[in-house]
Amino acid sequence: MTVPLIEVRDLKKHFPAGRASVVHAVDGVSFTIGRGETLALVGESGCGKSTVGRTLLRLQDPTSGEIWLDGRRIDGLSPGVFRPMRRKMQVIFQDPFSSLDPRMKVSDILAEPIRNFGLAKSRRDLADRVSRSLDMVRLPGSSADRYPHQFSGGQRQRIAIARALAAEPELIVCDEAVSALDVSVKAKIVNLLADLQAGLGLGLLFISHDLAVVDAIAHRIAVMYLGRIVEQGTRRQVFAAPRHPYTQALLSAVPQPEPGAARRRILLSGEIPSPIDRPAGCHFHTRCPMAMPICRQTEPTPMTGTDGHYVSCHLEQSTNRT
Amino acid sequence: MAILEVEGLKVHFRTGAEAVRAVDDVSFSLVRGETLAIVGESGSGKSVTANAVMRLLPRAQTRVAGAIRFDGRDLMALPERSMAQLRGDRIGMVFQEPMTSLNPVLSIGTQITETLRRHKGLTMRAALDRAVEMLAAVGISEPGRRIAEYPHQLSGGMRQRVMIAIAICCDPDILIADEPTTALDVTIQAQILDLLAELKRRTGTSIIFITHDLGVVAEIADRILVMYAGRKIEESATSDLFEQPMHPYTRGLLASMPRLRGGSDAGPARLHEIPGLIPLQSFGAAGCNFAERCVRAEAVCRENSPPPLLVRPGHMSACHFSDIGTASS
Amino acid sequence: MTALRHPAIAIGGGLVLGMVAIALLAPWLGTIDPTQIAPAARTRAPSAEHWFGTDMLGRDLYSRVLYGTRVSLVVGFTVALLTSAIGTAIGLTSGALPRLDDIIMRVMDGIMSVPPILLAIALMTLTRGSIGNVIIAITFAEAPRMSRIVRGVVLVLREQSYVDAAITAGSPTPVILWRHVLPNALAPIIVQASYVSASAMIVEAILSFLGAGTPTSTPSWGNIMAEGRSLWQVKPFIVFFPAVFLSLAVFAVNLLGDGLRDALDPRVAKKA
Repeated sequence: MTVPLIEVRDLKKHFPAGRASVVHAVDGVSFTIGRGETLALVGESGCGKSTVGRTLLRLQDPTSGEIWLDGRRIDGLSPGVFRPMRRKMQVIFQDPFSSLDPRMKVSDILAEPIRNFGLAKSRRDLADRVSRSLDMVRLPGSSADRYPHQFSGGQRQRIAIARALAAEPELIVCDEAVSALDVSVKAKIVNLLADLQAGLGLGLLFISHDLAVVDAIAHRIAVMYLGRIVEQGTRRQVFAAPRHPYTQALLSAVPQPEPGAARRRILLSGEIPSPIDRPAGCHFHTRCPMAMPICRQTEPTPMTGTDGHYVSCHLEQSTNRT
Repeated sequence: MAILEVEGLKVHFRTGAEAVRAVDDVSFSLVRGETLAIVGESGSGKSVTANAVMRLLPRAQTRVAGAIRFDGRDLMALPERSMAQLRGDRIGMVFQEPMTSLNPVLSIGTQITETLRRHKGLTMRAALDRAVEMLAAVGISEPGRRIAEYPHQLSGGMRQRVMIAIAICCDPDILIADEPTTALDVTIQAQILDLLAELKRRTGTSIIFITHDLGVVAEIADRILVMYAGRKIEESATSDLFEQPMHPYTRGLLASMPRLRGGSDAGPARLHEIPGLIPLQSFGAAGCNFAERCVRAEAVCRENSPPPLLVRPGHMSACHFSDIGTASS
Repeated sequence: MTALRHPAIAIGGGLVLGMVAIALLAPWLGTIDPTQIAPAARTRAPSAEHWFGTDMLGRDLYSRVLYGTRVSLVVGFTVALLTSAIGTAIGLTSGALPRLDDIIMRVMDGIMSVPPILLAIALMTLTRGSIGNVIIAITFAEAPRMSRIVRGVVLVLREQSYVDAAITAGSPTPVILWRHVLPNALAPIIVQASYVSASAMIVEAILSFLGAGTPTSTPSWGNIMAEGRSLWQVKPFIVFFPAVFLSLAVFAVNLLGDGLRDALDPRVAKKA
């Protein structure tokens, strides 16, 4: 039984919000990511998916819970001890315009992780590695001498990917990495990420609100709502046979480029509640088309089927699952 | 009967020594009661076109040419004061960012009644009543209470509903919506699209819907206009565009869109790629704007601008090879 | 360089360079010893022999004013430099360490609550007048404002995702501050430094005017004006010339600062 690349157990991240209230941004999230696997974290505003990513990378420290990287627990480590381990987990952010230091040349941007993690044996080796990273993202070698503002949004994301790759990581967290890109550019970056994953055996934590993109790239999917995972499983399980009402509504809400196709749209009533003042019982009950009295009172007990399909819903408990 | 006719619209921005042709000779018309979608990626000129119709473009270093006729009147010839009367009254506009489109220091009631009183001359009492009606019409619960609230107290979806309420409160002939749901969550987007469809059913307003999202367009539009680098490259009825896209760019765009496959396929999908880059700006070169990225480009494409060809009734495509077969890809 | 095309930078920078030239080349610009007393030629009006006239001790005003340039420029630049260094250090620390931020900023607020000129005067009463002490006093008064500005910039830059990316890439905090934050904060620092130098020149002049600044053995525009104050209704030229030079110097530095601000602001710069 191989140790998974990433294992997160009951992760919680709370932020104080004014006098006595707390934002439960992440409220008990657990998942694993295997080598060469893409886990997509999907959800809408306030679901906490970005916070999960940032906490995993220890850009913020968790309030409680465990984070295991390659069999080693990292959530309690001091910054100094943890720093060399950062090599294994790199990140690509959403905004291609603020994720690259405008005053640094591309070569310096790419050299930073290489130097920090002591990966280059000589100046020559450093230059080679920079070059190789640019190759891997299909950018010309001449890009190294230029500045970020000389590139388009899609090209800047490639540079960000090259920077992540330069560290020779085992996991890359993609935090809405393609959301700010045009449709045609999105396609190229998605393909690039899929190719890199296949070629390098990378794990990807793909955080996105765009279900169609997730469908193109993910192996497994976790759906989040107000800080909790409501459903988790393989792409086939979650997208072909969603069991949680929120997942079903989310999938039905995605506009499909098929005019006139029968639209079995599940319209959710109301707005997404504030993460400060979450509804009692099951957080989703205020918008759920199938809410029962018990949903207003008690939180559902999550159940995992033998096929690994995880659902947190009272409806699951009233039917028998094999 | 056309409520809006745009002919030969050109918008040039001067930056430094160069002129950028943000919109390069675009023509279209909007029939009463129809929803026209203008689709394109960055730099396509779709937002600039909408702003040109509303005459909201900055005056400095901008040149606008062409004719824009609303209900027979030439908007380009109108003095600014008359244009201001039209805006909000006969033509309403909804923008992308509800966060910055609403004035943060005025209550939403004030923002709606301000529009009503200016255009319809209602008394404060009457305007408030109508404002409450409008909030209810756009699906905001407890409108009587909400009317006193401020934008920061509302969520993104609700702010967008308020924007729509302001845009339609005077029963405009045309509603221009510039990426109105792009910044919203997908379940909220579904609600807003539903709302727009219902409003249209009830009032028969014509809508110009600007977006980059082909999925949204499939759902909401009667006709679609595709723009690329400032030029119109394809126009047709919605179903026709998706069933038989003629222009190579449209085909490429449809093919590269990721879509939900219902989880039935085995592995990750490989998306189609259009080679090359979206041009950062258009300099109005001769020849087809898309030629350098087009897999079918030939010499004629680089030399001559493709004429708009009517491939089928109601379906136009600006490509030298539009009339050659209907084979896919 | 595109910066030179900007009229404010060209004119302001040109004037500043002119002042520097005067300061450096003073001995060769037709001056005589500015401290040379000639009681027989007291308070003479401007003439071919004394282009700006003489003061009440018969000293040549032209020479004194030109040599006075040195004092103003030295004070202006040194204060700007020291204020930038100290203000940046404090601002970086404050912006990067939230726990110290509150304390540091309250102290800075306290110092800023006293108008800089009054503060400088108060400090000068504690020591004797000299250029060095003047520089220290003015720096003390101006540094808090710089630290506030730097701290503001740091707080904004901290939220940029390239800072997060640098953390993930393994750079420790001091390196991030030095390599990522500081270079992107330079523009506002430089602009503020130019305003500080203008302010410093004025404060020095006021201090000297009040007798609390540069001792009169070294001519400075402020103490020349101080000496000519009692006679200004009958012999206005004593106050007039140093005043013109001071105004020009302050104008030049402010203009340069405005130009730099426009040129270095990425949003404004892109439009040009």
